[in-house]
Amino acid sequence: YDTFMTVSCHSYVDTSISLEQIENLHKRFQRLSDNEETISRKHLDSIPSLDNNPIKKQIIEAFFDKRNQHQDEVGSCEEIGFEQFLMVMSHFRPPSLKTTEEEKEAMRKEKLRFLFNMHDTGNDGTITLVEYRKVVEELLSKSGDIGQEAAKAIADAAMLEVASTNVPHMDPDDFYEGITFEHFEQILKGLEMETRMYIRFLDVETPTLRCGKSTS
Amino acid sequence: MAELRLARRSSFLPLTGLMCVLLLVFVSVASASRDVVSENNETWRGPAGETRGDSHNQTNSTAHKKAFPVLSFNYEHVRKPFEISLWILLALLMKLGFHIIPGVQNIVPESCLLIGVGLLVGGIIKAIGEEAPVLDTKLFFLYLLPPIILDAGYFLPIRPFTENMGTILVFAVVGTLWNTFFIGGMIYGVCRIEGGQLASVDPLSCLLFGTIVSAVDPVAVLAVFEEIHINELLHILVFGESLLNDAVTVVLYHLFEEFTHAGTVTVVDAILGVVCFFVVSLGGILVGAIYGILGAFTSRFTSHTRVIEPLFVFLYSYMAYLSAEVFHLSGIMSLIACGVVMRPYVEANVSHKSYTTIKYFLKMWSSVSETLIFIFLGVSTVAGPHAWNWTFVIVTVVLCLVSRVLGVIGLTYIINKFRIVKLTKKDQFIVAYGGLRGAIAFSLGFLLTNSEMKNMFLTAIITVIFFTVIVQGMTIRPLVDLLAVKKKKESKRSINEEIHTQFLDHLLTGIEDICGHYGHHHWKDKLNRFNKAYVKKWLIAGERSTEPQLISFYNKMEMKQAMMLVESGSTAQLPTIVSSVSMQNIKPRGPARQRAIPSISKSREQEIRKILRANLQKTRQRLRSYSRHDLMIDPFEDNVSEVRFRRQRVEMERRMSHYLTVPANRQETPPVRKVCFESEHKVYTYDDSKSPRGWTAEPDPSPPDAVSLLNESSQRANQSSEHRAKHNDELRAKVPDEKEEQDQLKLSRCLSDPGPNKEEDLS
Repeated sequence: YDTFMTVSCHSYVDTSISLEQIENLHKRFQRLSDNEETISRKHLDSIPSLDNNPIKKQIIEAFFDKRNQHQDEVGSCEEIGFEQFLMVMSHFRPPSLKTTEEEKEAMRKEKLRFLFNMHDTGNDGTITLVEYRKVVEELLSKSGDIGQEAAKAIADAAMLEVASTNVPHMDPDDFYEGITFEHFEQILKGLEMETRMYIRFLDVETPTLRCGKSTS
Repeated sequence: MAELRLARRSSFLPLTGLMCVLLLVFVSVASASRDVVSENNETWRGPAGETRGDSHNQTNSTAHKKAFPVLSFNYEHVRKPFEISLWILLALLMKLGFHIIPGVQNIVPESCLLIGVGLLVGGIIKAIGEEAPVLDTKLFFLYLLPPIILDAGYFLPIRPFTENMGTILVFAVVGTLWNTFFIGGMIYGVCRIEGGQLASVDPLSCLLFGTIVSAVDPVAVLAVFEEIHINELLHILVFGESLLNDAVTVVLYHLFEEFTHAGTVTVVDAILGVVCFFVVSLGGILVGAIYGILGAFTSRFTSHTRVIEPLFVFLYSYMAYLSAEVFHLSGIMSLIACGVVMRPYVEANVSHKSYTTIKYFLKMWSSVSETLIFIFLGVSTVAGPHAWNWTFVIVTVVLCLVSRVLGVIGLTYIINKFRIVKLTKKDQFIVAYGGLRGAIAFSLGFLLTNSEMKNMFLTAIITVIFFTVIVQGMTIRPLVDLLAVKKKKESKRSINEEIHTQFLDHLLTGIEDICGHYGHHHWKDKLNRFNKAYVKKWLIAGERSTEPQLISFYNKMEMKQAMMLVESGSTAQLPTIVSSVSMQNIKPRGPARQRAIPSISKSREQEIRKILRANLQKTRQRLRSYSRHDLMIDPFEDNVSEVRFRRQRVEMERRMSHYLTVPANRQETPPVRKVCFESEHKVYTYDDSKSPRGWTAEPDPSPPDAVSLLNESSQRANQSSEHRAKHNDELRAKVPDEKEEQDQLKLSRCLSDPGPNKEEDLS
């Protein structure tokens, strides 16, 4: 118990998740990892209900992505401990009545960043056309034999939309390198991510753990 | 500015004059319709009198030989439909008038204006001494209400509705119960205290009264909220509540009505009442769902009789409503369930034109109904027997407001404990203020059988309705602006948002699975998969049953863009391009710049092609209309118009290349430039290479399917490209190396085009 508290206190960002939630998550972590300290990709792969999910690979990858740990590192790990697991889960907390406007903005940025990292598999800070095509392809992968062409067309249309919204005037010879994070934010402004991207059982009434940045 | 004002003022007078004339005509017809068969010598009742006189004369004059009547007058024959049509026509002309008169629209909501007109008409009729028509309950519940509810239910935004379902149910059920008992109880207390005329009111009648007056009315809510464009959440909360509280109202109304006759209430009766509530609501939904599935199943087979498709939607829904009413189930919930269940499958099955027809017919009928309801409400107010009791009425109005506010605040406090996105004070205020009462309350009041209290109740109900619709309806708009409540975001759905909404759904489902938590998303995902695996196969025709949602969305958008382009292009005023970004800015440069052909399904392609072709044809015909029947074509004239036409088409295609995703790339090989237009009389073979020959009418043996490119046949083996490829080969031989000409006419997609195959021209 105490170890969890200290572990969470050393987290990089303030995780306003209650003690009870952390306990539940830890239990789940234990079950997933067969009571070991860390989990690897194959542990998450073996969850049966994930098999129906078209973006299963991307979701699992997101857990092992170092960029989601808010420590300015890139690349991916092979195994993660409970602390990292918790950090990824904290992206899915909802706003409460007491969240101020700035905090809501920050939360939205954080969630959009998570999505962005999921798309940007090349780690270069932009989502290129190839990467976006892959996203759409994966989305449609469980929906029957649609074929590459449809996915490509949709991804192209989407990319065109991003480009024309953000950079309205381009010469015929200019080239739009890829979707940057700012453009990504702009295009998804209407979705209000902070009110959509949450898991219910992380709903918090009493934020009991508010830790600042770790200095170590 | 001054000129504008002057112009307005000058047009104002004739308009008001027109309105007055309309009113007078309205009144005279209304009074004529009230005409009872009686001997009456008043001259202005001429028409009716004449007919009777005529028939009298005719029966009397069989003895004498009359001259053959060249022109005769027989009004009785068409009387009923004539009057109904005239009522509706005049009501709609009123509505039209309101929109023409400038300035009025922004201050007063339309519903108030219509009630005002009704009052005026009723007043004039009464002044003349006639008996005004009253809002017949049967007419209201069977004919006027269903179209409005169907329109609302069919276009109900499902996502926000299901997301807020808990909140809506709490407001609808618990809120209405609270209102009923609070108002009923307090009224009874007041009556007891007042004494006098009110002393004879018994508690059950008060509760019955409370039921009638406490239900939020969907018609009024729709009428007012439509105009203020409030944000989606609040709109769906108030509107959803007004729809779902019908079940509660029905149960309570019948319950209390039974009890007033029986006299006493036992605990068993109360329990039965609760059971009845569940039966009424769930039964209603079940009936609606059954009819919805039937309707969806029927629409699967309508591919050969497209014209009657909309009728199935309307009839099945109406039957659902009537069937529910037979069993005293909640007709409104049945109608909503039917629309909601039917819609996704029907939309996948019907043709585009049927979809438009359904949409516009629903909107049209609901608009007519709404107009008629409000006018009748005004007329009935003047007509009905009134028993005005100051205390009773004032107390009722005050209590309605108070109980609504208390109810909303109390319930929100509880609801917020369970909601993620909490309801703020502003939201609560709008929800409370938006609880309008309307014609349903009036009709239910009219159905009351206890006549001594009925008049007093009816007066109070009408006062409440007027107060909510007029006072609250008029002031809600400035209040919304004052409180800076979030308005509806106008932006259309973009494909990025759609992609990410779906992505998010899957992501959250996955995270829930990882946490081992079976939440909201998990069950939604299960339902979707069940839907896709079993239901869609049965209810959707053909290949559309396996089409994933993203693809249908994408197709829909492409279609919309094409239509938009066509509409703007046909007025010969091409729209300014919003951005100069086109596909070539996105695609990576490189040798392998193959054209990605979207594999939109064949039928979709046909539809888009048809639309574009029709437009191009229209433009072409407009240019050539003077010479449609000429065989000798003036070559000079022809060249000019052809060039103009061609330039216009080029512009349009350039536009299209921005919106549709097929890129306007430079082609490696010159495409086959064969455009084939089939007007009614001739088939033009438009061949660039053969300019002098091109103008003469040359019947084309087999109109080609599309302009195809060389790459296409290799990439799309599954489409009927063999036929096309063959054709290409023979055509390619004819096309010379006119690179410049080709570049100008960049017909780079297979959509924008040509002659239909006779078989395809079905829908």
